[in-house]
Amino acid sequence: MDRRKFTNMVLAGGLLGWIGSVLYPIVCYLTPPKVAEANVGSVKAGTASDFRPNTAQIVKFGRKPVILIRTEGGDFRALNATCTHLDCIVQYRTDLKQIWCACHNGLYDTRGRNISGPPPRPLDEYVVKVVNDEILVSRPAV
Amino acid sequence: MSMSSHDSIGQRLFGWVDERFRIAPLIEFLRHKKVPMHRHTVWYYMGGVALFLFIVQVITGILLILYYKGDEATAFESVRFITTKVKFGWLIRSLHSWSANFMVFFVFVHMFSTFFARAFRKPRELTWMTGFLLLALAMGFGFTGYLLPWNELAYFATKVGTDITGAVPLIGNMAKLVLRGGEDVTGATLSRFYAIHIAILPALFSVLLGLHLIFVQRLGMHEPSFVEKLPPERKKMIPFFPNFLLRDMLLWLIVLNILLYLSVYFPWEIGEKADMFASAPEGIRPEWYFMFMFQTLKLIPAHVLLIEGEVLGIVGFGLVGVAWMFVPFWEKAIPSAKSRRTILVIGIISVTFIIGMTIWGYLV
Repeated sequence: MDRRKFTNMVLAGGLLGWIGSVLYPIVCYLTPPKVAEANVGSVKAGTASDFRPNTAQIVKFGRKPVILIRTEGGDFRALNATCTHLDCIVQYRTDLKQIWCACHNGLYDTRGRNISGPPPRPLDEYVVKVVNDEILVSRPAV
Repeated sequence: MSMSSHDSIGQRLFGWVDERFRIAPLIEFLRHKKVPMHRHTVWYYMGGVALFLFIVQVITGILLILYYKGDEATAFESVRFITTKVKFGWLIRSLHSWSANFMVFFVFVHMFSTFFARAFRKPRELTWMTGFLLLALAMGFGFTGYLLPWNELAYFATKVGTDITGAVPLIGNMAKLVLRGGEDVTGATLSRFYAIHIAILPALFSVLLGLHLIFVQRLGMHEPSFVEKLPPERKKMIPFFPNFLLRDMLLWLIVLNILLYLSVYFPWEIGEKADMFASAPEGIRPEWYFMFMFQTLKLIPAHVLLIEGEVLGIVGFGLVGVAWMFVPFWEKAIPSAKSRRTILVIGIISVTFIIGMTIWGYLV
């Protein structure tokens, strides 16, 4: 290797290193920092006696929406309300007695099983307990 | 150019500038530039109209920034404030929305007219490629601007749109995280989209637009082959400056009138404020110029030969986009006798696909 080649290589290497040292902090800056997930174990979701059968509501579970359903039979079910297809928030259809996503016509049954349309996976289930007429929604024990 | 005491103020001013910056040759160049007149001349105006609409975007956009507040808690209210309280705010906002849609439309028309005329061929390869990138940026403007009023439709459309980005192999998840500014579409996403919309995209767009216009001026108007074949004395030409430019401006005036009419009689709606804890309403859809891609993605089954449908769709569109951008290079490989026909067929298939899928998307 002659001197010119060597100098060129050192300079090119230096330039690459310099570009990297400029880009690295920028790329890191663009990646949002992880926000600590509010460690929500359970939330109160109103009184059971006010909750009519065959209705539902969206409950804030930390930063996640959870759909709380009271079936016609009077049972409570809580499911992750974020559609497994493309992230929309689902709703309960009283006429179908099923969970429906308006974005792309996805359907789930009240246990969260994907039964038609594009959703690839079922909705995650949460645990519902009624204590002294108060509804408690909590994360399932893993 | 020498100055004498007999010159008018205008001439002296021109002389002053010309002595320093030598602008006389530039004007001479523009005066010598000729625009061919033939039965397809009308397509020459499309790029100019798109340029005019971009200027409208810049002016109305800057005006909107003065009142808009790009924050989750205030964005929707500030847009409502602009449309209900600020004098002529409703007009500025509607103009911005209408001309944005018109701009994308005219860029598409401009691109397809260039494609069908095969005006992308040597020496105009870079003009075509910068033009294609400008279209991509215009769609980026549309995608980011759609979210800014922070209404329900835009919120869910952005959730869906950014979630699809996540399907891109290798970089998808990273891109989604960077675009959203977090795991979900939140106020952080709004801040990012606002920054992209008013700082990053305008900077990139200005550079590419500058290049695109310089290329157009340097190379002159493309002549269709039936004009090119004519002997010089049978070609009808008009000077670009001022004749063609004046015609351009007359058309711009007409377009501005149409925009004003639409803004007054069909003002852009604000919709309902986005609620991150509300079910998605019916009728979530992207802007019309994304509809053909969106509809295609919907039609692809969830899994095709072990590959996820969304991944297949988004990679497919990506590859077609790249192929489209490099048309000037692979078109050369087609024997010249077949080239016209091949390009015509590809163009017709593309236009039919886009229009067909768009209509289908709105029907279902």
